[in-house]
Amino acid sequence: MSVTVRIPTILRTYTGGKAEVSADGANLGEVISDLEKNHTGIAARVLDDQGKLRRFVNVYVNDDDVRFEQGLETATPDGAGVSIIPAVAGG
Amino acid sequence: MRKMRRKGLASMAVQTAETSTNRTDGTVDLGPAAALSCRECGHRVPLGPVFACEECFGPLEIAYDFSDHDTEELRKRIEAGPANIWRYAPLLPVPADVATKPNINPGWTKLVKADNLARELGVTGGLYVKDDSGNPTHSFKDRVVAQAIEAARAFGFTTLSCSSTGNLAGAVGAAAARAGFRSCVFIPHDLEQGKVVMAAVYGGELVGIEGNYDDVNRFCSELIGDPAGEGWGFVNVNLRPYYAEGSKTLAYEICEQLGWQLPDQLVVPIASGSQLTKIDKGLKELIELGLVEDKPYKIFGAQAEGCSPVSTAFKAGHDVVRPQKPNTIAKSLAIGNPADGPYVLDIARRTGGAVEDVTDEQVVDAIKLLARTEGIFAETAGGVTVGVTKKLIENGVLDPSLTTVVLNTGDGLKTLDAVAGTGLTATIRPNLDSFREAGLA
Repeated sequence: MSVTVRIPTILRTYTGGKAEVSADGANLGEVISDLEKNHTGIAARVLDDQGKLRRFVNVYVNDDDVRFEQGLETATPDGAGVSIIPAVAGG
Repeated sequence: MRKMRRKGLASMAVQTAETSTNRTDGTVDLGPAAALSCRECGHRVPLGPVFACEECFGPLEIAYDFSDHDTEELRKRIEAGPANIWRYAPLLPVPADVATKPNINPGWTKLVKADNLARELGVTGGLYVKDDSGNPTHSFKDRVVAQAIEAARAFGFTTLSCSSTGNLAGAVGAAAARAGFRSCVFIPHDLEQGKVVMAAVYGGELVGIEGNYDDVNRFCSELIGDPAGEGWGFVNVNLRPYYAEGSKTLAYEICEQLGWQLPDQLVVPIASGSQLTKIDKGLKELIELGLVEDKPYKIFGAQAEGCSPVSTAFKAGHDVVRPQKPNTIAKSLAIGNPADGPYVLDIARRTGGAVEDVTDEQVVDAIKLLARTEGIFAETAGGVTVGVTKKLIENGVLDPSLTTVVLNTGDGLKTLDAVAGTGLTATIRPNLDSFREAGLA
């Protein structure tokens, strides 16, 4: 499954400045693994030492916050949009 | 005369208008603000329009240089300052000449000694309402926006924006109008009409987003990373470290208005949780600076049951906040994914406080209770804090024998729908018989 991943400004050092990149994976965990293959170091910024999403990272698959879905197990259908966003905004 | 450990504040006294925006070495002049520091991992970066740590995504906050000044001199300077938040300019990320710049100059709102409410609730140790409905756009948001305006100026932004549950949109619109910025703000499409009007009237662009506040916030976070958002200062996103510091002024004012004393207990509403964390930061700074005597204080957080992710986590003993889909009349607190939720939990537990929630019905009852006893018409967020205060007393969690400050962060005129059932006592003919017949004599 090929998806488009939107990269926040603070992670663009890993994507050569690109705001959007493509990645493959049937679920979010696989997409992040694939991102890491092509953009080494990015997974450690998004995941903590236990391999879970860091608490200050929000990830959306299309319009759905994965914390309301199945977290890293959330399915990523072909053509889906994945957004990685710092959680410390708002209020 | 007490001297502080670090150096810096003393030099601020000689700053002039010519040096107030940018220093000769090219760095921005935001007073005692020295750098941005990650609250999670401590990673430091220079002052700039960034909000999340590049190492761990944690929130960046202002690190200050507060040293080498005299406590009594600082106290006198504050007391001689303007009757607004700029009396605390030496403790904020703003240039020393901030009071001379076009801004909405919020703050120094009333701390009302609420004796009637205290009697109703059985509080004997002194009960106060910090009534922030007295700000220029009638909510505490003017405090935080005033900070963000100065940061926006320093970083050269020309458009001000935000994601808002309503109050912030109005505060940004007003501040932008006064300071000469363009404003374009984003709100959920179904906000209370009063808040929509109060945001739109200032002439900026007001955009409704089909979704809840968390959807709006997500949209704004994505816009920042897009060329379409270039040159935009989002007060609560890329300017959030500066913006958030405005809430410290609530702590400063409360203590100064109490005669430079810490209250024993504070009840603070929770939306993102930023206000509560910065009130705690402000109290700690006053202790560190020697402006108040160090003693224990407890901070209690207040939420509406229909959006209570932090309260739920607190009661469950969790240190992670699970997001919720909001469903409450307290729309200014309807943030289902609160950015500072984990820190609120830390503070409530560290200080011996708690986080509690009340139903919408209890919110309405509390709005009426405060209005009936003290003549203060609070918006729904004020109903939440008063309602939670009542509940905490009834549950034996909040000690009625101690000095307690309850925050009202906005004006009831913004949320008239919440008390829409309140109306005429009677309709009579214009004569005395009719008056007597209605039982009004």
